[in-house]
Amino acid sequence: MTAATTAATELRAEQDRGRKTAQNREKLASGRTYISAAVILIWCLAPAYWMVVTAFRDVGFTYDTSVFPTHITLDNFKTAFDTSFGNHFGQALINSLFIGSVVTIVSLLIGVFAAYALARLNFRFKYLVLGFILGASMFPGVALITPLFQLFTNIGWIGTYQALIIPNISFVLPLTVYTMTSFFREMPWELEESARVDGCTQGQAFRKVIMPLAAPAIFTTAILAFISSWNEFLIASQLSSDATQPVTVAIASFAGAQPNQVPYTAIMAAGTIVTIPLVILVLVFQRKIVAGLTAGAVK
Amino acid sequence: MATELGPTPVKEPVSGGTPIHHAPKGVGEDNAIASQGRWAAWLLAPTILALAIVIVYPIISAVIMSFQQDAGLDPATGLFTEGGPAGFSNYTNWIFQQCAAPGGGTVACPPGTLGAQFWSATGTTFFFTIVTVTLETVLGFWMAVIMARTFKGRSLVRAAVLVPWAIPTAVTAKLWLFIFAFEGIGNKLFSTTILWTGSEWPARWAVIIADVWKTTPFMALLILAGLQMIPAEVYEAAKVDGASAWQRFRMITLPLVKPALMVAILFRTLDALRMFDLPYILTGGANNTTTLSILVINQIRQGFNAAAALSTITFIIIFLVAFIFVRFLGANVVEQSGATGRGKK
Repeated sequence: MTAATTAATELRAEQDRGRKTAQNREKLASGRTYISAAVILIWCLAPAYWMVVTAFRDVGFTYDTSVFPTHITLDNFKTAFDTSFGNHFGQALINSLFIGSVVTIVSLLIGVFAAYALARLNFRFKYLVLGFILGASMFPGVALITPLFQLFTNIGWIGTYQALIIPNISFVLPLTVYTMTSFFREMPWELEESARVDGCTQGQAFRKVIMPLAAPAIFTTAILAFISSWNEFLIASQLSSDATQPVTVAIASFAGAQPNQVPYTAIMAAGTIVTIPLVILVLVFQRKIVAGLTAGAVK
Repeated sequence: MATELGPTPVKEPVSGGTPIHHAPKGVGEDNAIASQGRWAAWLLAPTILALAIVIVYPIISAVIMSFQQDAGLDPATGLFTEGGPAGFSNYTNWIFQQCAAPGGGTVACPPGTLGAQFWSATGTTFFFTIVTVTLETVLGFWMAVIMARTFKGRSLVRAAVLVPWAIPTAVTAKLWLFIFAFEGIGNKLFSTTILWTGSEWPARWAVIIADVWKTTPFMALLILAGLQMIPAEVYEAAKVDGASAWQRFRMITLPLVKPALMVAILFRTLDALRMFDLPYILTGGANNTTTLSILVINQIRQGFNAAAALSTITFIIIFLVAFIFVRFLGANVVEQSGATGRGKK
């Protein structure tokens, strides 16, 4: 009996000790968490910060390495839009907006039906179709570019918008279907049936119940599709002309007044213009975008 | 009875040549699946058709092209060669680095020609892939573990990791080119005087650092999503049982996050194997940073058909890696269930 009670007290004492060290350890751990979080913040934001600082820095002080903004000017933004050195940044912005919008709208219009079928219907070869679409999204762009280059050369499409839009759809459409499928899978489809029970027609149930629920998913997918099209470089670098080139190509080939001097401040200004809207969009819809990015990977 | 089974479309009674018997349950289900299948076919048709046009057609076309000879002046001989069937010569041009010889037949491609660069480009591509994916996995895992903890300002960190991801790769490349400029902030911060884009290893590391910066957030978010699927009770239970932090990581976190992690690694690997934008803009492919994708682009203007052969080879390489990965993933699932069996004792 006594042996049992001693054992019990010992156990309790040990548990107390354990709790104290655990508390200490937790304090230490939270300190370490904050240090790690700070390292992540600096690692992710510092280069982007440097881009913005340089964008506002006088061109004469391009290589100034003081960490805080110095020699602040807006001239670089004017230089970025200047066309006298053969840059077409303003036109490129319009081109990117146009190409991105068309690609996004077409991909969503086509993809939403496929995503509905993959998420909601039972049919044979479902996984084969899913695999095909997933494989298509991992497809290397260079495998498309050669035949397309030859084809578009033969039919005189090099430098046209359609020559940029069509291959872009091949990258964006699989992504759209894939993301929307995983969104649709999680939607409360029982509501559709209850609406039917309550006397809605199938069309009404879809319009009044399903559409409002699906709208955020479709919107998030649209953002992801647009970003992916906005970032495209490989195809555009080969198939676009000065008149149709998107911003990525314009920035990559940005020329300065002297041929052997890279106009970094103007390039950083252009980069800032291209990036800031995306960053704002991404931060505002952060939760949804993370959900869209990781959709499917964890299920 | 049969009409109550499943969401049968309205038009079915009209189209019915088949008399409605008291169908057994199984047949009714079959009908439901068949009608869903018809629906699915209609809904999927536009996507499949679009992908067939923009992906399947180019693949087939590339394969056909790769067996044709490029018409034009032969760079080696200076003579005009006509097109026509080429057999495997476009492939041997790359794989065995055999270029057309002046008097017919083939010789080893002279150094400097694109044909001589195939194996070095393959090596570079795999080198970049292995190094960047390894670094991104380790860093991404660390970031995900931090972001999974509860602390003030967590949402700020989660927002911040999206910034590198949101910046277009072309802009990222220019940004890092500027950071790695000789007089740039990179050399200043680390008090080095490296010509980053001037020689092989600094140039390679510049590409690797820029790529890791840009794509680690994606990895971290995928892993974080996997971490969040693990119920907190599992950790609590392990703590009560006296498992150390390292044991909890090794025995709980790692195996449970493995499926998400493997998917993330697969995505990143396939993406890294087709790497183009970053080295193309950052180094222009100089100093042994030419990836397979860059080599294809350089070849396009010298001859479509040889480029088609190379892009087909690239495609096959990526396909093989994906295949190995999926098989490897499957093997791991089996291994995992075996491991839990052993753990029970």
